[in-house]
Amino acid sequence: MNSKRIRNTAIAGVGVLGALALTAGCGAADTQSSGTDKVVLAEPSWVGASANAAVVSKLMADEMDVKVDVQQMDEPVAFDALDSGKADAILEDWHGVPKKQKKYVEDKKTVVSGGDLGVVGHIGWFVPKYYADKHPDVTDYKNLNKYYKDFRTSESGDLGHFMGAAPSYSQHDKGLIKNFGLKFKHVPSGTEAAQLKEMQRLYKAKKPFLAYWWEPQWMNNDIEMVEVKLPKYTPGCEIPEEKAKCGYETNQLEKFLNKDFSENGGAAAEFLKNFKWSTEDQNEVAQMIAGDGMKPEKAAEKWIKENKSTWEKWIPEDA
Amino acid sequence: MSTATTPTLDKEPAADAQGPAPDPDRRSAEPAQDGLAARLAANPKWLVIGFAVLVVLVSAVVTGDGSWPGGWTADIRTPLEDLDNWLVDNRDSHWLFLYFLLHISNAAEGGVDAIVGLFDSLGWVGVTVIGTLIAWAAGGADRSRRAVRTGATALAVFAVCGILDMWAPTMETLALMVVAVILAGLLGLLLGLASGLSDRFEKLLRPVFDTMQVMPAFAYLLPLLLIFGVGVPSALIATVIYAAPPMARLTSLGLRGADPVALEAARSLGASPWQRLYTAKLPLARKQMMLGLNQTIMMCLSMVVLASLIGGGGLGDEIYQALGKLDIGTALTAGVAVVLVAVLLDRTTSAAGERLDASQTATEPAGMAKVRAAVWGGIVVLLAVFAAVGSALWESEWPEGWTVSWGQPINDAVNWFTDHLGSGIPLVGGTVTWAEGFTEFILNPLRSGLLATPWWALMLLVAVVGWFVGTWRASLTGCVGLALIGAMGLWDRSMDTLSQVLGALVLTVIVGLIVGIVSARVERAERVLRPVLDTMQTMPQFVYLIPVIALVGLSRTAGIIAAVIYAAPAVIRITTQALRGVDPAAMEASKSLGATGKQQLFQVQLPLARKALLVGVNQGVVLVLSMVVIAGLIGGGALGYDVVQGLSKGNLAQGLPSGIAIVCLGIMLDRISQPAVRSRKGS
Repeated sequence: MNSKRIRNTAIAGVGVLGALALTAGCGAADTQSSGTDKVVLAEPSWVGASANAAVVSKLMADEMDVKVDVQQMDEPVAFDALDSGKADAILEDWHGVPKKQKKYVEDKKTVVSGGDLGVVGHIGWFVPKYYADKHPDVTDYKNLNKYYKDFRTSESGDLGHFMGAAPSYSQHDKGLIKNFGLKFKHVPSGTEAAQLKEMQRLYKAKKPFLAYWWEPQWMNNDIEMVEVKLPKYTPGCEIPEEKAKCGYETNQLEKFLNKDFSENGGAAAEFLKNFKWSTEDQNEVAQMIAGDGMKPEKAAEKWIKENKSTWEKWIPEDA
Repeated sequence: MSTATTPTLDKEPAADAQGPAPDPDRRSAEPAQDGLAARLAANPKWLVIGFAVLVVLVSAVVTGDGSWPGGWTADIRTPLEDLDNWLVDNRDSHWLFLYFLLHISNAAEGGVDAIVGLFDSLGWVGVTVIGTLIAWAAGGADRSRRAVRTGATALAVFAVCGILDMWAPTMETLALMVVAVILAGLLGLLLGLASGLSDRFEKLLRPVFDTMQVMPAFAYLLPLLLIFGVGVPSALIATVIYAAPPMARLTSLGLRGADPVALEAARSLGASPWQRLYTAKLPLARKQMMLGLNQTIMMCLSMVVLASLIGGGGLGDEIYQALGKLDIGTALTAGVAVVLVAVLLDRTTSAAGERLDASQTATEPAGMAKVRAAVWGGIVVLLAVFAAVGSALWESEWPEGWTVSWGQPINDAVNWFTDHLGSGIPLVGGTVTWAEGFTEFILNPLRSGLLATPWWALMLLVAVVGWFVGTWRASLTGCVGLALIGAMGLWDRSMDTLSQVLGALVLTVIVGLIVGIVSARVERAERVLRPVLDTMQTMPQFVYLIPVIALVGLSRTAGIIAAVIYAAPAVIRITTQALRGVDPAAMEASKSLGATGKQQLFQVQLPLARKALLVGVNQGVVLVLSMVVIAGLIGGGALGYDVVQGLSKGNLAQGLPSGIAIVCLGIMLDRISQPAVRSRKGS
């Protein structure tokens, strides 16, 4: 009986080991996994980013005959992907992951800047206009404690409810609430979609709410928000979060490229470096996608048809 | 799906649990017929549990602050951050990656790419024709009802996915799923063989499978992401890890349950161990193995959306992006496509299983085997031909003119519903009002109560309940889990999560029992419910998460509702089955004694079905827990949110401990709600 058991154990063991060995193979593996035949763009989960990606891939496919693969990934993950070469470019970075940016751009030198996108991003604290009209002085953070009772919900208990950002977005609101001694509770939103839906609901019901909010944002076409002034941003003032005492940087959104791709990517890399449009341009496409329910490709096609003069100069001459 | 079981229902029911097992969940405990005092006197266990509860209450009131002592926490952030940095620095240079992990990653990517490429060159006609043929052949390749029905299902699935304008993402998802199912099936088979044949492996692997069962997939997405980077490999490997255990478990169960007479017969005929395995054990275990494969498929499909979070692409991406635009219609459409892919894979494999069973018992017309071989050969030839010329003959994607868009009407319908149910109903208020009430009067007190309870009192309660429901091992495991949470410095956040889990669990059990009782007693109700339950379990949760917010606001309640929707079907099914399974003789006897329907239910059916009902509760625990992270996405906060943030920021030091804490909570709840399964070993 015992010998049978040993034999069975041995057989089973060999089987498992064999399976492992098969996958291991021999020799060193290829570390760069994406081929060179197509350009991989990292697309974060917001609509503005869809607009960038849609216009870029449509133009590259039609005008330059370059195949583009758009992969959805959030900012932090996208930086890892640029480092490993799994993605070639980020088109819209909000400087939300300074640590990774420093590591890959300055230390490892595997990622390089691709210049400004042209779109200006701004993050801040906002209240709906209907509430600000009633209480004009709410637009200064110092007066928030006067009104905190209006913002109470079942989630925040006795404190006011601060609607925090989705987890992957750059934020230091928790620190601000604590350091300013505000009678608010930071309640995070799990996803941007969840925050949008909640704001839509509250806005429809004309209820007061205080939220982390930003521009450009397609929903700003449907709702009117007023910013609550925070102390002015100075570089590094929000680090570490426990000591943060300032608002957010008004951001020139930046493009980043994988270094290899930037140097050897030819016309495609050149095009991505040239790609630069305004907040209004992006909003126009984003609104077509999110507001009018158009498919990103269709929206891009429409914009491309109407704005030839803008995109003509992005196409490199040798393409 | 045709499986009557739930994706994770592969735990052996505690059929031979010894002694009366008190319900772990005190609130939903007992039909209160006898007085409390009488019950306590009759059963000293209740006295002890009552004492523990008393200790908890008193100590909570006295101390008022239950935090884990600060000095007893270990710093795990620093080493995890170091590991994180090391991984990033060495990911493309260290031998472990170059010679081992990257091979896996590249092979995974290559496999999926190859299948996507194949689908592409087959074109939509090729995929539809060959898919239908394969389904038909799996069903028996003849004119029997089974074969025709399976083929027709496949044809319908492809057509509907095309018409809904989801062709391209469906193909991506199908490719990933085909590879994932094959790998998970193989891995499960190997592990199942190992633990089915060797007792030593069984001992080694059983706790692993047990842990896997309560481990939310999110918890190991993060390490995978760091090791393999973003993309198909991480998604594929996470799916395989998640989906392999049921196959392994059921294979092992099948091998061990093989009829000893048949084995003895094989032995007496002089069969060698290998021959015995091939000719007796494996064929006898085939039914179980098919069931395992079936569950593996369901679990693979439930990972579609999660996989898209780490670059899996396909339908999950479609859902995620649609929700980013609050476009519920498109998200729902993609969700329907996911359900359809599940139907396709499920029906095809279960038809293949049925056919194998049938061909074993029934005598077939001679030559059928040859016909079948010819059909399979034909499929292979056709595949080669289509792959070669398909792209020249027709488009690779479903023609655009043949699609129907029903996103907008759905959006309008959903909006109408949420607008009118939210707060507009006179008298009863609306869903928003109820949700606020639930948060204020149940969740908040529960959370403050848990936070006020000293850690040692809570541990005492867990230990006592664990001891009586299960074994001393269960109570020890529960306490170790809690201690680990405390040591990681996550006590307060875990109590927040625990309060939500308990809230969701109570609702799940209440809903599950009531609907289960109804559907056990009313035949028609069950027939109506069945497809609804199937959809509830396979429809990706993301799809209904956002409309739920419109109904109840961005709050913990939203997360709880999502958990109840996901977990209730299992409880409903088990309740229905348990009540139906009550000995008809007992029912008949009670009827002849003049019992009313109500008396019958409460005094005969429910008590007799209690053990099975407890299994249902345990399933509820496991499933509710697996939704903690998903709830974190829509306002659940606490541990779930931390895992999501750790994942999306790629921060191992934040995500991993929170993931482990969820696992600890899960193991703790699972153990103290699992009536002495282990006692089987002793007997």
